[in-house]
Amino acid sequence: MAENVVPRVRVPRDASAGESVSVRTLISHPMESGARRGSDGNLIPRSIINRFTCEFNGEMVIDVTIEPSVSTNPYFQFDAVVNETGTFAFTWYDDDGSVYTDTADITVA
Amino acid sequence: MTRKALLGGASAAIIAALAAGVGLADIRTGDSLVINGEIEIITETAPPEHLAGVFNTIYSGWVFRTDETRAMQADDFDNPGMLYVEQGIEAFNTAMGTEGNSCASCHENPESLADVRSTYPQWDEAHGEVQTVEMQVLECQTERMGVAEPYGYDSQQMRNMVALIASVGRGQLVNVAMDGPASEAWELGREIYYTQYGQMELSCAQCHENNYGNLIRADHLSQGQINGFPTYRLKNANIVSVHGRFRGCIRDTRGEPYAIGSPEFVALELYVASRGNGLTVEGPAVRN
Repeated sequence: MAENVVPRVRVPRDASAGESVSVRTLISHPMESGARRGSDGNLIPRSIINRFTCEFNGEMVIDVTIEPSVSTNPYFQFDAVVNETGTFAFTWYDDDGSVYTDTADITVA
Repeated sequence: MTRKALLGGASAAIIAALAAGVGLADIRTGDSLVINGEIEIITETAPPEHLAGVFNTIYSGWVFRTDETRAMQADDFDNPGMLYVEQGIEAFNTAMGTEGNSCASCHENPESLADVRSTYPQWDEAHGEVQTVEMQVLECQTERMGVAEPYGYDSQQMRNMVALIASVGRGQLVNVAMDGPASEAWELGREIYYTQYGQMELSCAQCHENNYGNLIRADHLSQGQINGFPTYRLKNANIVSVHGRFRGCIRDTRGEPYAIGSPEFVALELYVASRGNGLTVEGPAVRN
C-alpha cells in the first residue's frame, strides 16, 4: 500500500466558452516499477498508478494507461476545450485497488 | 603576422580565458527567476567581499540548468520539492516527544522561521559550536521536546523539515556570519574547500571555482552554491541535503567522504554558504 498518496489539480477558475484551458494534475506516488531489488536482494513488488482519467460533466476528456516506466509522482498536463460551466472530475487507479479522486470547478462566462 | 605570433596570440587568449574562470559560453545569464509570480530570486549578483578577485559574479545553480528545469522551479505546483515541504508541514504540526509539543507549539507557524535558512550555519553560544539547520532541529527535539528517537541527520523526515524551513525563507538574502566565534570553523571550511581529495585529487575549487560553466561529462558545472538546498534532484526523484551533496562530490573524487553531520562538513557548509552571501534562498530548488 503506497503511502502519502495525495492528488492535486490546477484548473483555471474561469474561462470563456470554447476556450482551451490548461489542466495540470499531479499525484504523489512512489511508482515502484517492480523491476528493482531491495537491500535483501528480492524484487520489490510493483506498486503504481496504472490508470488516470479526467471527465468533464460526465464526458471523458482523457483516459491514460500508465506503465511501470513512468516516474515517481506522475504529472499530467493537457489542454481541454470548455463550452459550459461545469466540473472536471479526476480519477487515479492504484495497483492495490485504491481509487483516488479530485474535482475542479470552472465557470464559463 | 608570423606563424609564431599567431600561436602566441592564441595561447595568450586561452590563458586569459582560464584566468577569468570563463566557461559560460553555453550558459544563458541575465534571466530572472520569480517563483509563483511573487517571490523574486536573485540568481546572479556581485560576489561577497572575501571572493573579490575570485569571481566577477556569483551565480545560483539555477542559471546553469536547462529551460525545462528552470521552469519547474518557477511554480510550486510544478516543483516536486514542494511535495516534501508538504510532508514537512504535517510533521511541523504533529506533536512528538514526551513534552507533547509540536514545532508549532513554540514556533506558531513555519513562516515565523523565515529568516533561519538564510543565516545558517551560525554560531550557537550555548553549545559553543557552529550549528546547521539540521543541528538546530535536533537540538529542539532532544533538549526541548523529549524525543527519544530524533530524526537522523540525513533522514527523509529531516530533509522534509529543512525543506519546509528553506521554503518559507525563499527570497531572503543569504547572509551567513563568518566572523567572530564562527571564524575558526570558517577557516577550516575554507581549507577543506581548497584541499584536493581522492584518487582524482580534486578540490571543490578546481571544479566550482575554476571550471564552472564547463562540461563535466554531459553536465554543466555550477559554482557549487548551496542557496537552493535542500534541492530536488531529478536523478534522485527526491530532495538532497547539503551534506548529502558534499558526500556525493567527495565520493566522485574517489575519496573517503567525511561523515554527514561531522564538524568538517559543518565547517564546509558554513564556508560554502558564505560564498553565496548576496544570493537568495531558493530551497527546495530543482536541479538535475
